[in-house]
Amino acid sequence: MVSLTIIDRAGQENSVDALPGQTVMEAIRQAGFDELEAMCGGSRSCATCHVYVEGPALPPPGEDEDDLLDSSDHRRADSRLSCQIRLEQALDGLRVTIAPED
Amino acid sequence: MMAGAGMDHADVLIVGGGHAGAQCAIALRQNGYAGSVTIIGKEAEPPYERPPLSKDYFSGEKSFERLLIRPPAFWVAKAIGLRLGREVIAVDPAAKRVALSDGESLTYGTLVWAAGGDARRLSCVGSQLAGIHYVRTREDCDRLMEEVASGARRIAVIGGGYIGLEAAAVLTRAGCQVTLLEAAPRVLARVAGPELSRFYEAEHRAHGVDLRTGVTVIDLQGETRVAGVRLEDGSVVPADAVIVGIGIVPAVAPLVAAGAAGANGLEIDAFCRTTLPDVYAIGDCAAFACHHAGGAVLRVESVQNANDQAGCVARAICGDAQPYRAFPWFWSNQYDLKLQTAGLSLGHDAMVMRGDPATRSFSVIYLREGRVIALDCVNSVKDYVQGRKLVEAGARPDPARLTDTGIPLKDCL
Ligand SMILES: Cc1cc2nc3c(=O)[nH]c(=O)nc-3n(C[C@H](O)[C@H](O)[C@H](O)COP(=O)(O)OP(=O)(O)OC[C@H]3O[C@@H](n4cnc5c(N)ncnc54)[C@H](O)[C@@H]3O)c2cc1C
Ligand code: FES
Repeated sequence: MVSLTIIDRAGQENSVDALPGQTVMEAIRQAGFDELEAMCGGSRSCATCHVYVEGPALPPPGEDEDDLLDSSDHRRADSRLSCQIRLEQALDGLRVTIAPED
Repeated sequence: MMAGAGMDHADVLIVGGGHAGAQCAIALRQNGYAGSVTIIGKEAEPPYERPPLSKDYFSGEKSFERLLIRPPAFWVAKAIGLRLGREVIAVDPAAKRVALSDGESLTYGTLVWAAGGDARRLSCVGSQLAGIHYVRTREDCDRLMEEVASGARRIAVIGGGYIGLEAAAVLTRAGCQVTLLEAAPRVLARVAGPELSRFYEAEHRAHGVDLRTGVTVIDLQGETRVAGVRLEDGSVVPADAVIVGIGIVPAVAPLVAAGAAGANGLEIDAFCRTTLPDVYAIGDCAAFACHHAGGAVLRVESVQNANDQAGCVARAICGDAQPYRAFPWFWSNQYDLKLQTAGLSLGHDAMVMRGDPATRSFSVIYLREGRVIALDCVNSVKDYVQGRKLVEAGARPDPARLTDTGIPLKDCL
């Protein structure tokens, strides 16, 4: 299990246990949050799964992810597409904040 | 029957548990809606994503659990009733009551019709043979995957739309011998310009698909199982299985029988209201005057449209009615090609190529009266993201600048 802290748009912190191999988007959805639309289902086509991350270092976003993040008016240095982060044990403790809706 | 009495009444009754129905229920709760919400769904599964049925679920890369729009516990936690495996067969708009296929009936305060569509069936001789498949539901897809797993190798795909092309790509990669038959002179003729069609035709051929355009299917041949597809010129394409991807028929019959306008898609106004009182329609089954298509009345078959119309209706039910204006976008994955489309190209009067298709990364930009109205971007996320802003702004850039890949689209605003 990988432990994550998910912070929703109301600022509420929630501890979530996720399975290695799942993406962060799937973990958020699986944990029952209603805010993350993730409309393309993780196809790296929409940017409606935008989050901010802190904690364990992640590999940098790929070019497509980087470009898609540019579509958000709420992009920050710690922005990621949650469907592009695959969970592994090393990411235990990751803090993920659901970004505002565009 | 007493209104509000437990199981037999829903303040909001949603017909169809696909993308639109599921998102409507989710958005109602997100907006703080406290009334009772029930989804009636014909399929046995809780709401799941449909696009992977011709992509990574079909290829075996994703399990079904990963397609679920929310886990089963979510619906319980949010007090959203799921009554699955049964369908609404009749609507009485005066009594505000629906009849279900299992003999039960329910009353409603507000009805949201989100029934999507059924795969359009072939009607020619041989259409009833075993081995003929459609790709609309998980069940369809599972049946097809079983057939391939049990040895079907020669597959004929009838229809060169996105679903047919995606299925062809997955099957070719799985080692099947695919023949794709399209009646129109080019694939994707309904949704994209000729440049994009030509590109995808060439890609599929390069991957080994026997892709034929301008061919008419006469009938399907075989004893009990399909063995081949006979074409107008008399030739027969041998096939162990046939996939038919020729569009959908909107699932509207019970509502139309109840008096709603719109046999080819329920007629809805800017707020997604049908012509019946307290009845909304959203998603693939709804036809509306589309702001992004110069007001043309059409159905938009996309996850974006299903989701955003669902949100529009949920807000209206919660007292914040705003006209539906959401920006249309779509995607399709074939081989290692990611297509993203922004806007609707319908009604364009000019087209600009940006980049060289030979590099497998390019965009087609559609204009009407000088304004950018849509883009099809292949392996070009940057153009998609920046081009979308051109469409949203109604920009009228110099076409020569659009073709210059040295100039980012954001500088063409
Ligand atoms: C194989 C495939 C690939 C696709 N790929 C993409 C893609 O890449 N990108 C994209 O944007 N879109 C894609 N689409 C389109 C997208 O899936 C649809 O636009 C979307 O599903 C529409 O949502 P909906 O809720 O309107 O309809 P649906 O998702 O079809 O849901 C309608 C539901 O209502 C049920 N129903 C019907 N009648 C009744 C009744 N009388 N009573 C109760 N229930 C009923 C149906 O069984 C169904 O479960 C794809 C579609 C398919 C089939
Ligand atoms: S879900 Fe669409 S990009 Fe992540």
